[in-house]
Amino acid sequence: MATLVKMTGIEKRFPGVHALKNVQFELEAGEVHALMGENGAGKSTLMKILSGIYQRDGGDLQVNGQSVTIDSPRAAQDLGIGIIHQELSLMNDLTAAQNIFIGREPRKSFGRLDEAALNARAAEIFASMNLNLEPKANVGSLTIAKQQMVEIAKALSYDSRVLIMDEPTAALNDAEIAELFVIINRLKSEGVGIVYISHKMDELKRISDRVTVMRDGEYVATVGAADTPIAKIIAMMVGREVKEEPLEVPNLSNAEVSLEVSDLNRGREIRDVGFSVRKGEILGFAGLMGAGRTEVARAIFGADPKDSGVIRVHGQEVSISRPSDAVKAGIGYLSEDRKHFGLATGMNVRDNIALASMDQFTSWGGVLDDEAMRKTAQDYIRKLGIRTPSDTQEVRLLSGGNQQKAVIAKWLLRDCDILIFDEPTRGIDVGAKSEIYKLLESLAAEGKTIIVISSELPEIMRLSHRIAVMCEGRLTGILPGGKDTTQEMIMQLATQREAAMQPDGGTA
Amino acid sequence: MSTAQETKPVNLLSRLIDTGAHQKLLAFASLVALLIGFSIASPNFMQTSNMIAILQATSVNGVLAVAVTLVIITGGIDLSVGTLMTFCAVIAGVVLTYAGLPLPLGVVAAIAAGAFCGLCSGTFVAKMKIPPFIATLGMMLILKGLSLVISGTRPIYFNDTPGFDQISRGSLIGEIFPALPIPNGVLILFIVALSVAYILGRTVLGRYTFALGSNEEAVRLSGVNTDAWKMAIYSLAGGICGVAGILIASRLNSAQPALGLGYELEAIAAVVIGGTSLSGGRGTILGTLIGALIMAVLTNGLRVLSVAQEWQTVVTGAIIILAVYADMVRRKQAK
Repeated sequence: MATLVKMTGIEKRFPGVHALKNVQFELEAGEVHALMGENGAGKSTLMKILSGIYQRDGGDLQVNGQSVTIDSPRAAQDLGIGIIHQELSLMNDLTAAQNIFIGREPRKSFGRLDEAALNARAAEIFASMNLNLEPKANVGSLTIAKQQMVEIAKALSYDSRVLIMDEPTAALNDAEIAELFVIINRLKSEGVGIVYISHKMDELKRISDRVTVMRDGEYVATVGAADTPIAKIIAMMVGREVKEEPLEVPNLSNAEVSLEVSDLNRGREIRDVGFSVRKGEILGFAGLMGAGRTEVARAIFGADPKDSGVIRVHGQEVSISRPSDAVKAGIGYLSEDRKHFGLATGMNVRDNIALASMDQFTSWGGVLDDEAMRKTAQDYIRKLGIRTPSDTQEVRLLSGGNQQKAVIAKWLLRDCDILIFDEPTRGIDVGAKSEIYKLLESLAAEGKTIIVISSELPEIMRLSHRIAVMCEGRLTGILPGGKDTTQEMIMQLATQREAAMQPDGGTA
Repeated sequence: MSTAQETKPVNLLSRLIDTGAHQKLLAFASLVALLIGFSIASPNFMQTSNMIAILQATSVNGVLAVAVTLVIITGGIDLSVGTLMTFCAVIAGVVLTYAGLPLPLGVVAAIAAGAFCGLCSGTFVAKMKIPPFIATLGMMLILKGLSLVISGTRPIYFNDTPGFDQISRGSLIGEIFPALPIPNGVLILFIVALSVAYILGRTVLGRYTFALGSNEEAVRLSGVNTDAWKMAIYSLAGGICGVAGILIASRLNSAQPALGLGYELEAIAAVVIGGTSLSGGRGTILGTLIGALIMAVLTNGLRVLSVAQEWQTVVTGAIIILAVYADMVRRKQAK
C-alpha cells in the first residue's frame, strides 16, 4: 500500500505553550488510522497542521512522497486532504447539494447558477458512497448522522484521498454509528486513507487498523489496533506520572452533607445523576469531553433548565430555576469559559468582585458605596494574591490565573459555601495552577464544599477527596481519592458506554 | 501580599485610552474646531443669541440622546424614543388641556407614561427575548399610531395652561443673571444629564447597565436578576423621554402628534458621535452631550453660512460615518 501522508519531527508552538514536540504520523492508503490521546494531547493541533489551518514551526510533511507546504485549507483540499470537524460546519438553510459545492457552484453564462448540474453532481457523489440521500433536501431537516454524510460527501467532492474525522460519532446513536462505519469501510476499500480521532475505546477496535497515541504534545507510539489490548492503549495515553505530593484525604464521615443531588435529568445530556458532597470535601468530576459534567453543574446552578431533579442544601430541599436562586442557596459556579460566563471583561477588578454582592454596597436609593467596595476588593486582592496594579484595573488585562482568582473572590464575597469549579485551571499556566490548587485546598479546609470538574486526570487526582466519573450523561461510578485510585480505573469508568454496561448488549 | 504591588505602575495615558476618554477628547476637539471654523466663516455665528439658539436646539435631542445612551450601554437599542416623546407630549395635552388638571399633574403623567412605555419595551426585550431593534421598532409604530388616535390627528394647544411654555422657553438663570439668558430647557437637559451620569457612575442600576453590556451571561450567572434590571433601565429611559416630551410640547406650546419620527436617529447619532459603543458596555453621558452639541452646532453653523438644508443633511451623515470610523481605527490600535 502507498503511503499517503508522512509527518516527521513536527513542531508547533503557541504563545506560552509548546503544543507539538517532535511528533510523527503516517497514513497509508486504504487504512483507518486512529489518533488517540487525552484532551490537550495535541491530536487536533496535529490534524490542523495537516489540513492547512495551522502552519508547522518545524519538521517535514510529505504527501504522496513529496515534501509540501500546506499554507491554507484550500491548499490542503488541492492535495486531496479533507477534514470533517467535530462541530459540523454546514449551512442549515441550504440544500445538501448547495452545501457540498459552496464556493464553487457550477455556473452558466452571466454568472447564473446551474442548479441542475449542481444537483446532478451531488447525486453522483451520493451514488458513489452508495448513500440514499436527496441532493435537494434542506440540511437542517436531516438527522445529525445524515448531516455527517453530507460533510463526508463534501470532503470527497474535492477528490480527497485523505479524510480526517474529528470525533465523528460524538453526536450519533448506535444505529447511526453503524451507518457511518459502513461508509468508512467502503471508502477504505477504495483506497482512501482515514485519520480517525475518537475518545471511544470500543470504536477503535471496531474500525481502525493502527493506533497512534499522543500525550502532552508528544508522540508515544504507533501500534496495531487488533493486537493491542485497550488497557495498554489507556496506559499509553495517561502514562505521565503525577509529580505533585501525595494527596491527603481527610476523614469527613462525620461532616455534614452540604449538597445532595438526586434524580437529576435533562434529555440525553444528563441521565439519573445523583451524588452528595460533605462540608470540607473536594469532589472531583472526571470524564471525557461531552460526558455531561458541565451540564450537571449548570443544571444544579439553574443556568440551564432541567427535566427533573431534587437538590438539597444543608438538608433542606431548594427549588432552583435560575442562577439567582442558586446564589441565594449559597451555590457559586465558576465556569470554564471565564471570558464568556465568568467576568464582565470590560469592567474593573473591583466591580467584578462585587458583581454578585452589589446589595452589600448599596445604600438608600441604590447609591453605591464605592469606598467600601474598594476596601473589600483590596482585601480580596491581598488575601487571594491577585496580581493587579490596582483594583480599578480592567480584568481583561489580568492573566488567566488572576482572572480566575477574581472570580473566586466574587463568590467568596457572596458568602457561597458550595463552589463548583468547571475546569478551574483551563488556560492557566503551570505555575499559577498549583497556586489555584492550594487555594482550593485551603477553601475546603475552611469548611467550604468544593466540586471540581476537570478533563485533566492529574488535576482530578491531585485535588479530589472523592472522584465521580461520568460517561454519556450518566454517573458511572464514584471512586475514593488518594493513591489507590489509578488513572486507568478512572478511564475505565469514563469509557464505560451504555452498550457495554448491559450484559447481553455487546457491540454491534 | 507584596507581589500585588510589583507589576508596572498604571500608565495614565493607556488608561485614558481604555476608558474611551480618547474618543471624548476627539469629539470635544471636533466641537471646538467646528466652533472656531464657523466663527471665522461668519461673524454672526459667535453671537450670544446664536449660542443660546444652539443650546436651545440641543435640549430636546440631548435629553433623548441621554435616554438612548442608557439603553445602548446595555447592548440594546431604542428606536421608540422619538415617537415616545410625542406620545408623552400628547398625554400631557390630554391631562392639561382636555382634563384641565393642574400643570404638575401633566408633567408627572407625561413622565409616568414614558416610564410605562419603557417598561413595555423592556418586557419585550428581557422577558420575551425579542431583539431590542425589533421590539422598539414595534413600539415606535405603536406609539406613533396611538399619538394620532388619542389626539384625533390634531395638535393639542396648551393655551389654557399658563406657564406651560415657560418650562422650556423661560429662563430662571436669566432672571438671576440677566446677562446669561439660558433657557430652562437647557437647564433641564443639564439636570437630566447630571442625574443620569450620577446613576451610571454611582448606583447599582448604573453598574449593572455597564455590566449587562459588558457580558450579560456572566452577570446572570453571578445570580443577578438580569431581566428585572434590564426592564428598569428601559423604564428609566422611557421616563426621560417623558421629560423630552414636556420640553418639546412647551417649546411649541402644543403637542404635535405627527412629530417625532426621525428624532430617534438623531439621538442615536449623537450617542455614537459621543463615543458610546453600539456593542454595549462602554459610554458616557458627557460624550453624548458633546455629540448632541456637535449635531446642533453643525446644523446651526451651516444654516448661518446659508448652506442649503439638503446639504446640511448630507454633511451630518458624513460626520456620523467619520466619527464611528475614527472609533473603529482607535479600537483596532488598542488591540
